[in-house]
Amino acid sequence: MIWPVDLIIMLLVIICGLGALAVRDLLGAAILFGAYSFMMCLLWAIMGAVDVAFTEASVGAGVSTVLFVAAVFRTSRRTKD
Amino acid sequence: MEDLAANFLTKYNYWAFIALVMIGFYAMIVKRNLVKKIVGMNILQTAVILFYVSIGAKRDADLPIIAHGHGSASHAVHAADYINPLPHVLMLTAIVVSVATLGVAIALAIKIYRQYGTLEEDEIGERIRNA
Repeated sequence: MIWPVDLIIMLLVIICGLGALAVRDLLGAAILFGAYSFMMCLLWAIMGAVDVAFTEASVGAGVSTVLFVAAVFRTSRRTKD
Repeated sequence: MEDLAANFLTKYNYWAFIALVMIGFYAMIVKRNLVKKIVGMNILQTAVILFYVSIGAKRDADLPIIAHGHGSASHAVHAADYINPLPHVLMLTAIVVSVATLGVAIALAIKIYRQYGTLEEDEIGERIRNA
């Protein structure tokens, strides 16, 4: 582990997670959640868990984001909080 | 005392884990939009995966792949030089399970939207009371 890179990516993970919950548009929340998943995938690649990183990049970031965007497309983008 | 403080500061993975679990719980409890609740649930799940991968991580260790391992099984493997791969394998299953729960949760949210025309929890409650 290279600790400066590790710390920066960890901060980005937390910022992306908070942003996905704070933004007042569900499509924006879905995209920010995809960014969160990719940052998590980078974190695991740094920590040496390459198999987990691959799976997260394809399944977590790819399929989850597609599912979220499809759900927002079929329902509404409006949110109050 | 400095020893303890240094020990807490160098294990920053666990601080990130605690922060992410708290963010996930906050979203699941406080947010009223169903999609926001689902995002919070996913953040909680990835936080647990981060915890498990942090348990297996080691400083100055190799990836758990043995170089020239095929065909030359005669030499012994020094396990302390490699990152522990057991939590990784467990967490592969957890990622797949988290996508499955996400699919079920989104299907339920779409069903609720078709029935009540909204994703906000308070408006759904109002419509159930008025019906």
